[in-house]
Amino acid sequence: MGWYNKRLAKSIWVFHISASPCNNCDIEILDLLTPRYDIERFGIKLVGSVRHADVLLVSGIINQKVGPIVKKVYDQAPKPCFVVGVGSCPASGCCFKDSYNKSKNIKDIIPIDLYIPGCPPKPENMIEGVVKLVEVLNA
Amino acid sequence: MRPEYLFYLLVFPGLLFTGTLGLVVGWVDRKVSARFQFRVGPPFLQNFNDFFKLLGKETMITKEAVASLFISAPFVAFATVVLVSAMVGTAMFFGLSFGGDIIVVMYLLMLYSVMVILGGASTGNVYSSIGAGREIKLLLADELAFILVLLVPIVKSGYTLSLDGIIAAQSGGVFIGSLSGLLAFIIGLLCIQAKMTLPPFHIPEAETEVVEGPFMEYSGPPLAFWKLSHLMMWVTFPFLLILLFWGGFRLSGLGILWALLKYLLIVVLMIIIKNTNPRVRIDTALNFFWKYAAPLGLIALILAIFGV
Repeated sequence: MGWYNKRLAKSIWVFHISASPCNNCDIEILDLLTPRYDIERFGIKLVGSVRHADVLLVSGIINQKVGPIVKKVYDQAPKPCFVVGVGSCPASGCCFKDSYNKSKNIKDIIPIDLYIPGCPPKPENMIEGVVKLVEVLNA
Repeated sequence: MRPEYLFYLLVFPGLLFTGTLGLVVGWVDRKVSARFQFRVGPPFLQNFNDFFKLLGKETMITKEAVASLFISAPFVAFATVVLVSAMVGTAMFFGLSFGGDIIVVMYLLMLYSVMVILGGASTGNVYSSIGAGREIKLLLADELAFILVLLVPIVKSGYTLSLDGIIAAQSGGVFIGSLSGLLAFIIGLLCIQAKMTLPPFHIPEAETEVVEGPFMEYSGPPLAFWKLSHLMMWVTFPFLLILLFWGGFRLSGLGILWALLKYLLIVVLMIIIKNTNPRVRIDTALNFFWKYAAPLGLIALILAIFGV
């Protein structure tokens, strides 16, 4: 599927899941669409419906209340679909790691393919993460 | 049926030509829109990549959906657009037409909207249903003005309904040169904006309210064909306007450059309208089309009857 993956790498449509974030990463994600960074020049587009998505951007610790919903949204996304965890929260829990309502095992809820750490990560950092994903797809 | 008809339908003015040109013009739209916002914009082959990517994705059908309608709606809509573009193209490039072209074009363009409504209503999703309802209201709003606009060239060409006859009637002077023609052309441009659900009339698929509306539940190949037929309209509608008011294309010598300029002018006008206007409410759109556009269209029609 080399040819198809190349097409996929050049046209990544992103759906944004806010899984109990502190909103900091979400603001940085929106920065990607501004004229300064303009992620559309790589063919990346933010879509409103999960049915159109190729990549799910998950931000925030996925707490117990939102966990089942995140799982449901992941099941609704058409495959092939990749999951990117933005910020330190999906990776480690960051400053909320001892929180009472943190999900026990995030890997059971949603299989995250790529972590972009940072609290919040800079837009340049996110672009680098996306480039890594594209490299994997092109390989 | 003669074999060249199949060629007309599938290759030159039909599927392949309109599809390719539509995807390219879709890039022009995105690029110019990006430049409006001081961005760089997507690369040239972006829409091709999007289309082929969507073809390889999984098609999901919800439990509540009426599966047969859900799947067939995008393909029927696509076939409709292919047929309209083939009809307009053969009349323009080969001078082929039959007696009642415009009536067929009118019905087929309405059929596309009906397919959007059926596809949106069959998904079982609330937002899609709202989008389909809004599409009905928008269809009610723009249809009257659009029909009045289509009547103007019919009257001016001495009551002929064939697209070929309308081009022939414009050999002396194009219709856009007269007052009634110019008025009808401007209203036609706004009606097209509503027919293609471009801003400011993107009420049915308003992303911030109903998340793409009727297309929300679509994924994979059906979505690809929705996108493709929408982009093909970037070719079909300007061609139709050029044919009806601007004397069609003359593909020889300087005529090619002139044809390209005409087409690009209309496309850029549409992009400018698209980028400089916010979305109107459904009642504002109805108000606009019924109180201003349709009476102006009627005035254009009366002027055309008196030969102005």
